[in-house]
Amino acid sequence: MHRLTFVPANRALPLSLIPRPRPRPLNLRALPRRIACELASIAGDRDRELELPLVLILRPLFPAFQDALRERFRFLEPWESSLPTHDFLSAHANSVRALLCSGPLPPVDASTLACLPGLQCVVATSTGVNHIAMDECRRREILVANAGTVFSDDAADYAVGLLIDVLRKISTSDRYIRSGLWPLKGTYLLGSKLGGKRVGIVGFGSIGSKVAKRLEAFGCTIFYHSRTRKPSVSFKYFSNISNLAAESDALIVSCALTNETHHIISKDVLLALGKEGVVINVGRGALIDEKELVNCLMEGVIGGAGLDVFEDEPNVPQELFVLDNVVLSHHRAVFTPDSFSSLLQLVIDNLEAFFAGRPLLSPVSA
Amino acid sequence: MEALGVLLTFPMNPYLEEELDRRCKLFRLWETPPESRRDFLRAHAGSIRAVVGNAQVGADAETIDSLPKLEIVSCFSVGLDKVDLDKCRQRGIRVTNTPDVLTEDVADLAIGLAIAVMRRIPEADRYVRSGSWKSKGDYKLTTRFSGKTVGIIGLGRIGKAVAKRAEAFGCPIVYYSRSEKPDTNYTYCSNVLDLAANCQVLVVACPLTPETRHIVNREVMDALGPKGVLVNIGRGPHVDEPELYKALIEGRLGGAGIDVFEQEPHVPEELFGLENVVLLPHVGSGTIETRTAMADLVLGNLEAHFTNKPLLTPVI
Repeated sequence: MHRLTFVPANRALPLSLIPRPRPRPLNLRALPRRIACELASIAGDRDRELELPLVLILRPLFPAFQDALRERFRFLEPWESSLPTHDFLSAHANSVRALLCSGPLPPVDASTLACLPGLQCVVATSTGVNHIAMDECRRREILVANAGTVFSDDAADYAVGLLIDVLRKISTSDRYIRSGLWPLKGTYLLGSKLGGKRVGIVGFGSIGSKVAKRLEAFGCTIFYHSRTRKPSVSFKYFSNISNLAAESDALIVSCALTNETHHIISKDVLLALGKEGVVINVGRGALIDEKELVNCLMEGVIGGAGLDVFEDEPNVPQELFVLDNVVLSHHRAVFTPDSFSSLLQLVIDNLEAFFAGRPLLSPVSA
Repeated sequence: MEALGVLLTFPMNPYLEEELDRRCKLFRLWETPPESRRDFLRAHAGSIRAVVGNAQVGADAETIDSLPKLEIVSCFSVGLDKVDLDKCRQRGIRVTNTPDVLTEDVADLAIGLAIAVMRRIPEADRYVRSGSWKSKGDYKLTTRFSGKTVGIIGLGRIGKAVAKRAEAFGCPIVYYSRSEKPDTNYTYCSNVLDLAANCQVLVVACPLTPETRHIVNREVMDALGPKGVLVNIGRGPHVDEPELYKALIEGRLGGAGIDVFEQEPHVPEELFGLENVVLLPHVGSGTIETRTAMADLVLGNLEAHFTNKPLLTPVI
């Protein structure tokens, strides 16, 4: 007789790691045909599942991604255990080779990486990797893949949408109508023409270049700042962001958040942008000195802002709530079904490539 | 032009009003209650030789009839639906409008409205301001704009400008016009129903005439469908407003971005509670730069007429 159920002595062990005793093979020929086939299929499934590559996750998967991912991978889920995460990882994740990081919390910091001596690959579901200890990954030669360019179209659309909204007062006029004021108070404020505006793009990657292409069609003049000048780009390059701001009517922030770009939009840059200037942020909140931004908006030092990201989400400085020259949004510039299904495919492709020893599709370069 | 009597029909632009006041003898129609307007016009008919109208109040047959000295109607708009053009032709009255200077702003707004509706930007703004992000989270997915087929009713100056902008987002363009335009590569649809069935964003950019009234009716909205978005930057009467509300509420139409209404400034209150609409108070040309340019064009046309020079932007 063999036991078909196993009660773990140590309750700290998650189900995914409980070794299951393999039952003695049944004599299928002795069973009715239908039952034999079903049993063979179940045994096959379990075998297949045990062969699936193991991936560590630190937070639950997006619900829409569950089925597709679980068909292809097994997941190690530390929160099922009562152990604190780092203790759990140290005890049970020694041989884990891949980590799927699907959000900024918890971050993949150096102390987490220290618990994963076997880790060789991190696949992130975002383009930004500021929540991953990239220096440590480089030191240990851990490959990191991000969301590549799957989000770029939506992010660019949203940046343009925010800019038009701020300049033409779309959200604020919509609010004006819904509060019943149009018949009472007549025409609301006039907006500002987008055509002919000089737009300075901070970060000329996939998103920045798509923003440029769109805004050119509106008759905007495009300038840009990037870590280095891009020879294939015909727009005017500024190595100094304050100079870029001084010559721009609007700044669009679409660069990665790193130690170097933290608060890249500083008080000086805002002063240079000036009282008609508008800043649009679809990157990361910490790219802008938020406290200074709020002061500048309240004092009329700059003309307006469209913000999808903030330094301490979901906290948004309440001073902004009463301003009519500001459009606020809750970090959803890329939240479309198209982006999400492209992301799912990219995550699968990256993980499968890693486990097959092939190059990652969207590696984050140094 | 000091003795020149000019009737301004609506407080359309402070700069225009100041200039007219400074240079001419200005009569402000809206300062008289509607019931006294006929008397008001009769009292000043001897001096009024020009009317400056806009999209809200123009020069209808009754107004024109009560002004025997009227020589020119200079519209602070490109649309002429509020001017009785036949009457003007009969009486030999010149008519001018403000084309070209507002084309870009109106087209910009059309795209801005499309993105605002599809990506729910004003809704996000409301959500954050209400403090809901902190308490409720929310990761709702919204509809991508890039790559969606944009259908344009009317491929004139504004329609072409909308197409040019949409193309930069990778949007295929289809259009309906009274006749096919030989100088474009866009796909032509010979009727609005086919156009609506073949696009995801439908933009109204044609003039308002008796033929185009309610050109977007229930059938067209149904053809556009539950994933379709209507953008109206034309005139309110282009769209059957009660049907629009029903289609939105019942989910037969996905969403709408509306800058113009049948009875401005009155917007059907039933629309106020909908998340899938964006409502604007007729601001298609509403930028400081463009309104100033429009005012200069109105003034320039008046000056040209009264100094016997060629009109800048004549319609009649």
